[in-house]
Amino acid sequence: MAALVIAEHDNQSLKVATLNAVAAALQCSPEVDILVAGSGADAATGVAAQIAGVRKVIQIDAPALADQLAEPLAVQILSIARGYSHLLAPATASGKNVMPRVAAQLDVAQLSDITKVVSADTFERPIYAGNAIATVQSGDPVKVITVRTTGFDPVAATGGTAVIEKQAAAESAGKSAFVGRELTKSDRPELTAAKIIVSGGRGLGSGEKYQELIAPLADQLGAALGASRAAVDAGYVSNDYQVGQTGKIVAPQLYVAVGISGAIQHLAGMKDSKVIVAINKDPEAPIFSVADYGLVADLFTAVPELTKALG
Amino acid sequence: MKILVAVKRVVDYNVKVCVKSDNTGVDIANVKMSMNPFDEIAVEEAVRLKEAGIATEVVVVTAGVTQCQETLRTALAIGADRAILVETDAELQPLAVAKILKALSDKENAQMIILGKQAIDDDSNQTGQMLASLLDIPQATFASKVVIADGKATVTREVDGGLETIALSLPAVITTDLRLNEPRYVTLPNIMKAKKKTLEIVKPDELGVDIAPRLKTLKVEEPPKRSAGVMVADVAALVEKLKNEAKVI
Repeated sequence: MAALVIAEHDNQSLKVATLNAVAAALQCSPEVDILVAGSGADAATGVAAQIAGVRKVIQIDAPALADQLAEPLAVQILSIARGYSHLLAPATASGKNVMPRVAAQLDVAQLSDITKVVSADTFERPIYAGNAIATVQSGDPVKVITVRTTGFDPVAATGGTAVIEKQAAAESAGKSAFVGRELTKSDRPELTAAKIIVSGGRGLGSGEKYQELIAPLADQLGAALGASRAAVDAGYVSNDYQVGQTGKIVAPQLYVAVGISGAIQHLAGMKDSKVIVAINKDPEAPIFSVADYGLVADLFTAVPELTKALG
Repeated sequence: MKILVAVKRVVDYNVKVCVKSDNTGVDIANVKMSMNPFDEIAVEEAVRLKEAGIATEVVVVTAGVTQCQETLRTALAIGADRAILVETDAELQPLAVAKILKALSDKENAQMIILGKQAIDDDSNQTGQMLASLLDIPQATFASKVVIADGKATVTREVDGGLETIALSLPAVITTDLRLNEPRYVTLPNIMKAKKKTLEIVKPDELGVDIAPRLKTLKVEEPPKRSAGVMVADVAALVEKLKNEAKVI
């Protein structure tokens, strides 16, 4: 039976995490369809139809779907779920929000944050902040899955020739309403899609120092900005910068941790990065246990020096 | 307004767990157990709503082994009014817990159910959403701010690009993110007071729910270890390594 991937999009563009979810779906079934549920989402649908390996894109358009609220979105997924053996979404804020609603209605378990498809009913997923990897088998007729994007290389965004099928939206109750959104505006790469990430921790001491030291280094490297939970809690940067067990899970080519001690919860979010650099004045900091290159130094002199050396 | 808060007893967040040598799970014998940190935030939020005169009663619930009573007592010490333990030694997966919570919510006629967004042991991040789905009521996950007024909950949520605000009709389910509040320090007098509060124990059978696990854990393994790195002497050495050895810049 076929697999259905729930596209993550903003009606105009498709989030790249969708491509990682398609990659996981193709390991579950050779036939993969994509659902684009949105409002005025022709552009996002067109982009989805070009994804390599996709059979069909189902477009459901309704005003209630404009903001991807969990309740109406779950209703649409359920309206077309019949006939699919696997329902997958990227394990992003949106995917995590909606998929358990779908699973509960189908009376099946959800497999959260899978990092590997062992077979069509068996998957690997991290538990205990990634300190253990569980191999779990689902006996349910439908597998509802969220995909940890760092576990799967994205499929090609183009080269596919999927047909687009428009379907009418199912009725939903409207018990929730969208009020507003405050998104961080940035010209830098998106954290979860970046090849290089520079992250700052509490060692920086203030939000001003974060902007003064971390931002220029990131710009020099063309990197995205990240932060530890401690730095977010202290108010240096906003919540969407947080890398860790309960923040964003990242695996860039290069992760530079500056003034981050390396709590278990932070390591859980970045330890699959290809190369890790740690700069910290405390030689005992746990971050050095996962770093490929460690530099024990005062970050207030080392970071500007590094930025300059790369210039 | 009655608020139901669901909590879970988990391995303390400071403990680094070890995988058992027979790969059947992680070793949790003799390790410190605590309330899931996100659930502590959920209890705190409910108690604050009561202190603000918005909630009339805060009922804290959990499902699991006998020792979960300790977790409930902690919640009572934070300020919950009474507690319910659904006692079982069986393995509980999120769908089963959601079914148990639905039964309790129906029985208690709660107007709001607050839960942590995820438990730090299985990292599933499912139960709140599943509960909202089973109750057919709206949800606000990953909450960083909750305002209750005019029979509606206005909730600010932590999402990937920043923050999002939604309005929900009540009853509703809210799951907490880290920055919703900072749970209070539990004082000794409040611990003593908590001992006198009602703690009811029921069995899953009495609630008439099917708690059979749906997922079978075949094995649990250590994650691949990173090979030991090197310390570099200075910035120049670091740049040299990144350029010529790692070739990432």
